[in-house]
Amino acid sequence: MAFDYSPYPYVPPPGLTAPEPRHKVAIIGAGPIGLALAVELANHGVASVVLDDNNVVSVGSRAICWSKRSLEILDRLGVGETCLAKGVTWKVGRTFHRDKEVFNFDLLPEDGHKMPAFINLQQYYVEEFLVARAQALGVDLRWKNKVTDVVQGADHARLTVQTPDGPYHLDADWVIACDGARSPVRTMMGLEFDGELFEERFLIADIEMQADFPSERWFWFEPGFHNGQSALLHKQPDNIYRIDLQLGWNTDPEVEKQPERIIPRIEKVVGHANFKLDWTSIYTFQCRRLKKFVHDRVIFVGDSAHVVSPFGARGGNGGLQDVDALGWRLAAVVMQKAKPALLAAYDQERCFGADENLLNSSRATRFMSPSEGAERLFRDAVLALAGKAAFARPMVNSGRLSRPCAYPLTGADDPALPMSARPGMVAPDAPLAQGWLSESLRGQMVILALNCPAPQIGITALQPEVTPLLAQRYLGQAAQALYLIRPDQVVAARWISPQANQIQAANRAVWEGH
Amino acid sequence: MTLITAANLGQPDDVYAALLAAHRGLTADQQAALNARLILILMNHIGDPQVLGAALELAKETP
Repeated sequence: MAFDYSPYPYVPPPGLTAPEPRHKVAIIGAGPIGLALAVELANHGVASVVLDDNNVVSVGSRAICWSKRSLEILDRLGVGETCLAKGVTWKVGRTFHRDKEVFNFDLLPEDGHKMPAFINLQQYYVEEFLVARAQALGVDLRWKNKVTDVVQGADHARLTVQTPDGPYHLDADWVIACDGARSPVRTMMGLEFDGELFEERFLIADIEMQADFPSERWFWFEPGFHNGQSALLHKQPDNIYRIDLQLGWNTDPEVEKQPERIIPRIEKVVGHANFKLDWTSIYTFQCRRLKKFVHDRVIFVGDSAHVVSPFGARGGNGGLQDVDALGWRLAAVVMQKAKPALLAAYDQERCFGADENLLNSSRATRFMSPSEGAERLFRDAVLALAGKAAFARPMVNSGRLSRPCAYPLTGADDPALPMSARPGMVAPDAPLAQGWLSESLRGQMVILALNCPAPQIGITALQPEVTPLLAQRYLGQAAQALYLIRPDQVVAARWISPQANQIQAANRAVWEGH
Repeated sequence: MTLITAANLGQPDDVYAALLAAHRGLTADQQAALNARLILILMNHIGDPQVLGAALELAKETP
């Protein structure tokens, strides 16, 4: 069934009739990223106002693939289980060349994690769940409030906001631009993206049909049904399927958007005409970002800061990782537990994360859409060999799916401990006697002490019973270990047998942004 | 491992002839595709990014 787009009510804001009170944080854009940040800040006890020029959730499914890391973040925000229950869980991707499977991947081959590798869930559902959560937490959500001007002050930024009842001004200590790939705030501030534009267009279509495709990601290179181009199929909830079709650059998007053009293409993919077109869009490929994400009192988060071509699910998931890296730091700065300089660490970490996403997406784009000459020659050679020789299969690149990046942290490390839990990595999940480790690492610094005492230094300590899975993921061959884990669940430092002052120093370094 | 640039083929004339024979009767496009496949197969066989990097450098600097 098609989604019910009930508009959210516009309420005339206080700033229309009296001076708007000074806000700590104003978030521009009530997409998944802006809403997630508002909820994250609320969880830290920081109020924010969210300004959105529209009054409905995302039109069309848009971001549909939510990674394990995103689900863990959404879980911390209070909507992870709702998303999981509604979404289509998957972990296997299959890639075909013509009619033959040439590569497949299993994104979560091991058990013992609360969240699966991926779910498919339309962006409008994620937004709807986040709106409900934000409302329950008392976030000041303002629909039909369109920001038309941003002026930086010494310790704040001043926004001009247009409403159906006219304009008003709003001052905020921090303005967070979550206004998407075409970010009006970016334009207002005269900031430009750096990076690559690819001469490629894809058609995306959501269709509603009864079918029994498995819950897997299927990607085709040169399938018989689409004339030498690429195609992708994803299953979504509500009997909605996402189909992406490569169009090439020499096509007219206005023509290709017409249902009479789209429907025959889809018929060829699914083999029949028994479906309903729910939503379509055409996109071009970009791999670009701002040079920096923190501009004095204005901070860019999500697609407003960086855009990647799809097929790696690195847009929405990358944005949520931005939220993850910014939320606790911004909350600490607002609550004067840390200096504004801490925000530089957000900039560094997420520029690093964005570069990793850009690298992966531009490589996938080159494989999917090679330029004529050597790029095409080697792409076709890889595909031809993949059917015959195992070595070529991992070179087939239909997108490398989003994984949390390992930040290059300099926190203390002991190389005898497992690599997958080293400083900079998200602390791996594991089941505890009750619940999950990921549920116990939330919103504050935590000392995870395994088979050893936790010093009393004012940091919450967690001392679970050491199960075989915990030992495998955190101890390796070591008999004991102590981990210092950040509020965003990233391992800051770890030791086998630390002194209290070493832990204190590592803790200070986190709050100073080192 | 370092890239071997000293003579390393026991029967250089035979190997060279086999390379030419594989290209015989193919169009220029087919020859290019054959070479691309051959490069990928050999790269995998070598398997050492440092050796491959040195091989790419040698190929690039040779006019």
